[in-house]
Amino acid sequence: MTRYIIRRLLWGVVLLIIVLALLFVMFRVLPTADPAKLRAGRFGSPKIIAEIRHNLGLDKSLPAQFWVYVKNLFLHFDLGYSYYSNAPVKELIFNRLPATLSLVLGGAIVWVVTGVGVGIVSARRAGSRLDRASMGTALVLVSAPEYWLGLITLYLFASDIGQVRIFPGAGSYIGLTGDPVKWFESLILPWLVVAAGTAAIYARLIRGSLIETMGEDYIRTARAKGLSERRVVLRHGMRSAINPIVTVLGLDIGVLLGSSVLVETVFNIPGIGRLNYVAITHADFPIVQGTVLVAALFIIVANIIVDIAYAFLDPRVRY
Amino acid sequence: MSAAAGEPLVQVRGLVKHFPLTRGIVIQRKVGAVQAVDGVSFDVQRGETLGLVGETGCGKSTTARLIMRLLDATSGEIRFEGQDITHLKGAQLKAVRREMQMIFQDPYSSLNPRKTIGSIIGEPFAIHGLEQGKGERRRAVQELMETVGLNPEHYNRYPHEFSGGQRQRIGVARALALKPKLLIADEPVSALDVSIQAQVLNLLRDMQRRLGLTLVFIAHDLSVVRHMCDRVAVMYLGRIVEIGPGDALYDFPRHPYTGALLSAVPVADPAARRNERQLLSGDVPSPANPPQACRFHTRCPKAQERCSIDDPPLQDKGTGTRAACHFPLSSEEVAEIGVRSAR
Amino acid sequence: MSAQEPLLRVEDLRVEFSTEDGVVHAVDGISYEVQRGRTLGIVGESGSGKTVASLTTLGLTRTQGARVSGQILFEGRDLVALSDAELRAIRGNDIAMVFQDPLSSLHPFFKVGVQLIEAVRAHQDVSKQLARARAIELLRLVGIPDPSRRVDDYPHEFSGGMRQRAMIAMALSNEPKLLIADEPTTALDVTVQAQILALLERLQRELGMAIVIITHDLGVVAEMADEIAVMYAGRIVETASTATVFDAPEHPYTWGLLKSIPTLAGSRDEDLVPIPGTPPSLIRRPSGCHFHPRCPYSQPSHERIDPQLAPVQGEPGHHVACLLEADVRRALWAQLRAGRMPDEALAAVGVPQEPA
Repeated sequence: MTRYIIRRLLWGVVLLIIVLALLFVMFRVLPTADPAKLRAGRFGSPKIIAEIRHNLGLDKSLPAQFWVYVKNLFLHFDLGYSYYSNAPVKELIFNRLPATLSLVLGGAIVWVVTGVGVGIVSARRAGSRLDRASMGTALVLVSAPEYWLGLITLYLFASDIGQVRIFPGAGSYIGLTGDPVKWFESLILPWLVVAAGTAAIYARLIRGSLIETMGEDYIRTARAKGLSERRVVLRHGMRSAINPIVTVLGLDIGVLLGSSVLVETVFNIPGIGRLNYVAITHADFPIVQGTVLVAALFIIVANIIVDIAYAFLDPRVRY
Repeated sequence: MSAAAGEPLVQVRGLVKHFPLTRGIVIQRKVGAVQAVDGVSFDVQRGETLGLVGETGCGKSTTARLIMRLLDATSGEIRFEGQDITHLKGAQLKAVRREMQMIFQDPYSSLNPRKTIGSIIGEPFAIHGLEQGKGERRRAVQELMETVGLNPEHYNRYPHEFSGGQRQRIGVARALALKPKLLIADEPVSALDVSIQAQVLNLLRDMQRRLGLTLVFIAHDLSVVRHMCDRVAVMYLGRIVEIGPGDALYDFPRHPYTGALLSAVPVADPAARRNERQLLSGDVPSPANPPQACRFHTRCPKAQERCSIDDPPLQDKGTGTRAACHFPLSSEEVAEIGVRSAR
Repeated sequence: MSAQEPLLRVEDLRVEFSTEDGVVHAVDGISYEVQRGRTLGIVGESGSGKTVASLTTLGLTRTQGARVSGQILFEGRDLVALSDAELRAIRGNDIAMVFQDPLSSLHPFFKVGVQLIEAVRAHQDVSKQLARARAIELLRLVGIPDPSRRVDDYPHEFSGGMRQRAMIAMALSNEPKLLIADEPTTALDVTVQAQILALLERLQRELGMAIVIITHDLGVVAEMADEIAVMYAGRIVETASTATVFDAPEHPYTWGLLKSIPTLAGSRDEDLVPIPGTPPSLIRRPSGCHFHPRCPYSQPSHERIDPQLAPVQGEPGHHVACLLEADVRRALWAQLRAGRMPDEALAAVGVPQEPA
């Protein structure tokens, strides 16, 4: 088992470097604004632009630039400096990480609980009207764009502009350390939006997985032992049916941590997503690189955790 | 069946197949091997039916696939009609493949569900460039279908429209399309209902007579093997432990494992004695870690110290079969464990 | 048959399922008895209804939408009429079941000990430690070596034979009066099969429980069963003591089965005599006698009349569902036994032809 974990971690590092390299090439090669020019502003003469370019290290060859970046990253945990504001990227990102984490992890709890709950009920009553209604709703929620859902919920429920004013609206986010109650309240609508589509997917997943599991021979054995139906479903059935969820959950969280920009924009939450978005408009490579790197890191780590969790869940899987 | 003079159709010498087990963090090191087939030698005479019996993990299916060159041997030699085919590749291998065919155990998964049975049975022709004309091929396929007892009008139907027994007939028709010299049947009736098994077994015997086929019949059901086969080889953990003519082997088994197998078969006769049955203790050892010397000594009721030191060779025991044992069964012991025979 | 009240008595049991293709008549009016401490063998091929019948005994077909009619009397109580809660008290307790494939029938993610403990605590109010001790004792009872260590293993860490022993141990955890074994050895190697059958016989002797063994293997029932019921297309076509079924069977399907299987003692030169055709669909069953399309001795009227299971004259405990006359049947069997083929037997006996 330890061998397996070590192997996965090593591959994780390799993967990270590959991602970095790809990023590097992408930003230098694709047509985009020249950050030096942007920095120089309206009054930039070619001389000033060249000087800026030299200062930013953009005149070096691609491999050289990459080498500098990697060295800084692994030796000093230095992610570079924003072209636009000169602030250290690392600081910018870490300042905004808590907001994104609050959003995503909270949303994850909501979608797991809702999705699994609805899924179990649907599976047990497969084919009934309740089942069809919940799967239909799930379909709608999955298809709805996040920003649309965000705007709709604000329109309906925001305390400043909504029809039924119960929850705080956009821009009301306060960090957990500032005011826990307000922090929680301000995240309710965003959590619902983040969770909606995914809860729907999980409900469908669990429904399918549980229906399939309940047809297995060992379920028949459990019943033949005289166990209550409740125990058969929740202990024997769910123990197997939950596996696909575990795989998907890790990946979903990992991916979302890097791409929560839509919800953050609609609700004006100062997270990494927004940071990234703004940086792109300024062609601010270091920030973009940093945020993508962090996102990639989350995804790789999530993958590894999921694989390890799987080995614990399924005793037949051993490496 | 007539045995042609001269050499056997198939000769296997010292055949070995080890599947490596690997471990390692970055670089995979070989830490052991599953010794699926571990030094097997036998002949298959023209026109005969040779049975390969054994329980799970004995290597009989692997041996069949090695002969068919579906797997590459780790070492050893396979000769077909005198030619060494162990390392053949490409066009040469394809030419040999025309002469040997296989039918498989599971009639539900061994036929491509997306193809019509006409196409399935006709595929061998297509692969080897025979019966090129569309009309010709169809005629040839329909003839084959009739031969195996299928309705030729069902040419365009799909496998799922047929029962298990019929699907097995389709498999037989496909195997016989090229009129091969050797047919290997790997558990062809194990997945079928009892009343259908007899149909398929009769079909195989019939085809063998008509086409002068040589048949290698793999099964775990000893009664079926006795009925179908002229000679029988008993395998255990990758080795042949006893081999000989069916009558001799079933009447007077010499190897204790053969005795245990025969003693274990439930007999459809309530009056038969069943108290003296030879029960083996424990489980089959792992083929990745087989016992030293005689593979069977850990479970053998007659085992002695010599058996874990000296590997017994396959030798004629004077009663018609060759067995690999230092202390073969005596006729009293055979009677004691309730081995029943025609006598 | 003993005068004692049978432990289990099934009366005119019918089980139907509605499917997209039509109504499946899985079990079509069967009646049989099991005496205390005795073994009944139910023999049949796929589609005979033998598995559905035994699952219905424990009410395990209720979740599949089965429509059940008839009675299943266990110690006088009708199991068909019991509520789910009442039936649960019997499952794994008075009546236990062992299934064919122990690898898929044990939960792969729970240790064997955990599953055994669960079985014990489902019906006995004992502490976990006591239940665990009982689990170890049960594993020892079924012959698993080193049970105090193996109790913490997962099912996939057991060999096939060990797994089946573990399943049997689980079934025995509450000392059932009746054990239903559905193809318990079909998935096992022959030497392992012998071990399991010997184990079942020993346990029956030691615990005095009745066994219903369901199988397609005539050799297995010849060894294990005291009485045999032969099923075909959802019906019982013949039932008798084991000796009678092999010595003097009276149903053409039974004859067909006996003649079509190769045996260690049979002649090698003769071809086997298969039963022509294939088992019928349970949705669109043949009219009249369900076996008539495959029966070499059927008459035109057999297409219209449906035979009932009737006692055989002069042989208590022997019932057969066949439209042929008793003396004709006996003559036919005498011919078949002497090695004649079905058509030869038919010709030799000269069954009186009916007007078409």
